[in-house]
Amino acid sequence: MSTTAATGTTQPTARPLWRRLIGFNLLTAVILGVGGYYLGWLIGREIDGPSYVFREKVNENDVALLLAYFFGVVGFLIGLGFANYPLSRMLGRPASLREKEQQGIGRYFGLCTDHKVVGMQYLVGIGVFFFIGGLNAMLIRTQLLHSTPTFVGPNQYLSLVGMHGTMMMGMMTSGILGPFANYFVPIMIGARRMAFPRIEALTFWLLMAAGFILTSTIFFGGFPTGWTGYAPLNTQAVMGMDSYICFFALVGISMCLLGLNMMATIITMRAPGLTWSRLPIFVWSVFGTSILMVLAAPTLIATLLMAALDRSINTSFFIAGGGGSSYLFQNLFWFFGHPEVYILALPGFGIVLELLPVFTRKPLWGYRLAVSGMLGVTLMSFFVWQHHLFVSGINADLRPFYMLSTEIISIPTGFIFLCVMGTLWRSRITFSVPMLFCLAWTFNFLIGGLSGVFLSDTPSDVTTHGSFFVMAHFHYTIMGGLIFAFFAGIYYWVPKMTGLRLNERLAKVHFWGMFLAFNSTFLPLFVLGFEGMPRRVSFYEPKFHALNVWVSVSAFVLGLSMLVFLFNAVYSLIFVRARAESNPWRSKSLEWQVPTPVPVHNFDQIPVFDSDPYDYGTPVTIGAAGAPAAAGAGA
Amino acid sequence: MSAESHPAQPEGNHARRFTAIWLIASLIATPLVIFVLGPELPPGNGSDVASGQVTDNTVLLAMATPVLLLVVIYLLYAIIVFRQPAGAALEGPAVRGDTKIQTTWIVVTSILVLSLAAYGTVRLEQGYGAGSGSGPKPLTVPKGPKLEVQVIAQQWAFTYRYPGYGGVETTHLVLPVDQTVELHVTSIDAIHSFWAYQLGVKADANPGVDNVAFFRPTTEQIFEVHCAELCGIWHGAMFDHGRIVSAPAFALWIREQQIRFAPATKVLEPYAKTYSPEPTRRAH
Repeated sequence: MSTTAATGTTQPTARPLWRRLIGFNLLTAVILGVGGYYLGWLIGREIDGPSYVFREKVNENDVALLLAYFFGVVGFLIGLGFANYPLSRMLGRPASLREKEQQGIGRYFGLCTDHKVVGMQYLVGIGVFFFIGGLNAMLIRTQLLHSTPTFVGPNQYLSLVGMHGTMMMGMMTSGILGPFANYFVPIMIGARRMAFPRIEALTFWLLMAAGFILTSTIFFGGFPTGWTGYAPLNTQAVMGMDSYICFFALVGISMCLLGLNMMATIITMRAPGLTWSRLPIFVWSVFGTSILMVLAAPTLIATLLMAALDRSINTSFFIAGGGGSSYLFQNLFWFFGHPEVYILALPGFGIVLELLPVFTRKPLWGYRLAVSGMLGVTLMSFFVWQHHLFVSGINADLRPFYMLSTEIISIPTGFIFLCVMGTLWRSRITFSVPMLFCLAWTFNFLIGGLSGVFLSDTPSDVTTHGSFFVMAHFHYTIMGGLIFAFFAGIYYWVPKMTGLRLNERLAKVHFWGMFLAFNSTFLPLFVLGFEGMPRRVSFYEPKFHALNVWVSVSAFVLGLSMLVFLFNAVYSLIFVRARAESNPWRSKSLEWQVPTPVPVHNFDQIPVFDSDPYDYGTPVTIGAAGAPAAAGAGA
Repeated sequence: MSAESHPAQPEGNHARRFTAIWLIASLIATPLVIFVLGPELPPGNGSDVASGQVTDNTVLLAMATPVLLLVVIYLLYAIIVFRQPAGAALEGPAVRGDTKIQTTWIVVTSILVLSLAAYGTVRLEQGYGAGSGSGPKPLTVPKGPKLEVQVIAQQWAFTYRYPGYGGVETTHLVLPVDQTVELHVTSIDAIHSFWAYQLGVKADANPGVDNVAFFRPTTEQIFEVHCAELCGIWHGAMFDHGRIVSAPAFALWIREQQIRFAPATKVLEPYAKTYSPEPTRRAH
């Protein structure tokens, strides 16, 4: 994509190209990654004994592939230079800011500890995998034009479903925290960097390695389990399953480190005067998400390790016939999996509430309510996971409890809606593109939330569980929630990140195309689910055909609207390159008060805060209560 | 549009006007949902639990309708009325909250949510699991005689065992009408889920687990059986039809099956709640 073009100054370097290619950079990383991969493969072949020739023929040498991925990732990270700093510190060399103070486009393609560079890397990197995941969705919908697997085989179909789901659920966990929180949280809280800049860079490159590994599953037969990866189906599956396991484990590590880093940053690095009750609401949502990431991701990593052992060295954590239990995987997976969906939803809450005051010219209505809503969701999301297993027979007597906890979680979610509605009341709405996405978010998440009520109630969940209804429900909350907020963030912040303007007419075409096609795609799926069409099938009854064709055509329009966005990004940021105004939205948030491009160390002097950033609606007098204006007032 | 966004309009007017629109819309839409849409809701009246689910779905939809209308009408009202006039840069009122509204909202949503949970619990326990797989020892069990039927899921078919009829195993599910059925669902390989759509029954089939569900078919019919849990490449094709027939027809049919499958029944494993297949592994 295009955003890399928007770097600040490119310093001419005296060194010739061949000299620059030797050293710790992406090229070295790829070479060491491939080397590590083959090393791991060789070791795996030695370990997994005499039958390896046969096993490779039947695509089953899991030990070799798991080790290959492991050594490949380690080699990749060493090649990028992640080992240099710890080693040089161990050897007693002084710390340096060299990795942060790089210049030029090259810094976007390697290890850089500047949080703004990492934010941009995330935006482009996640964008690439988002489009791969979206492409999978287009292929799924193409298949569903037919009621039997004619476009792709049933095996490829399940691989597409699995890749789409896993890619989206894995990569998009960092969809907002990666680009926007990394870029803007330090600026919003008046810090010069994240708490752990090298860990910040590590989370990004781990995620890229993970995305590559998941894509590589197509070379190993794909995986038939969907994003949930249930055992014992995952134990039966061919080697492509190992790609899923490595992908999600790496995502888990990345997520956990990202969350820790964010928490440490927000707790310890706030500028003077930025009390918890003045924290921008977006930072609060990042804080809640980080708590979820840190507490939920380790469960996922452990679960996948067990699954990898079941597959490679015949342990039986999840094998009923060997003393294990298939319930164990479901239980552990959803203990991670339900907080995971709030990891996806919470940053969306944050972006919408952060943007509304700017475009309504009113302070955020009910700040404390919004914060308690977010923290309430954070807390409650750990107590609801067995609602995914209402019909499984596990802990059946506990279902009333999970029904209660699941329905209680809609109370804090309702707080967010009240805050949105309160902020809109008697406001002065400007229908800029980010605002359109925020309003669409409100509608989509409302449908998503209300349809969730049908799934939280056990008797009515019997009708809808495992059907297209569930699929429509979580697409409304995740795509309608997270992705719409993600695009709101892009249109709102990219002018700051790149200093360039996005074409507004194309942006509006994108918005209306996406909003209408999204609803036209997913509303009929509620009906299909109600009529009894199960999820993840490449066969369905002829009576569902007409509606499926409608949904597929809508999905293609949805895909086209994404292409409009892609075109806009490339066209505006690479070809037109119109300078954006320094504060096009007249925002009072601190990130809009610093110069564009943001200096490497953000602030000459650490700002001092004396209010929250929602000081709208009052007559503006220069130098009055506005915190942002205080930037540079001295620490 | 801009004429409507007059700044001097008192707050009371907006609140009253919005409340009126919402109330009228809710009063029209909610009865429509209950009486027109309600009877059309899934999964129909194929069994007692299915009818129960129609009621539950109706109740939930009827409760969701005013909430949906509240937010949607509010959004539309705000979009139409609270606009920034073209070319202007007006600020809104600097209101940061309202304790009374917030408290009311918290109380009302809490009452709504708690009553939903209470309703769901009552329906679940009174309905004997209301058609769901309720584990090996369900908390509530219907009284009276029950026809025990075991569903054995495997990749990629369901088979059915009738322990009351010599443990005969059939490839199709046939049940007598108006007879409470005690379904025991288990699997011998991956996780499946037995879903009889028209009967409102859904129970996961886990290897090594006996998952019990109760229901009573109320009409003679043909129903669909799907697998509702991803179980491998032919998951979508794990689809079949079953029949609900009269009691005499069932007696005739099961006798036929006993004779037809007699040689097979002899070599089958004895009937058990679960079966211990070989551990699910790939052939190494």
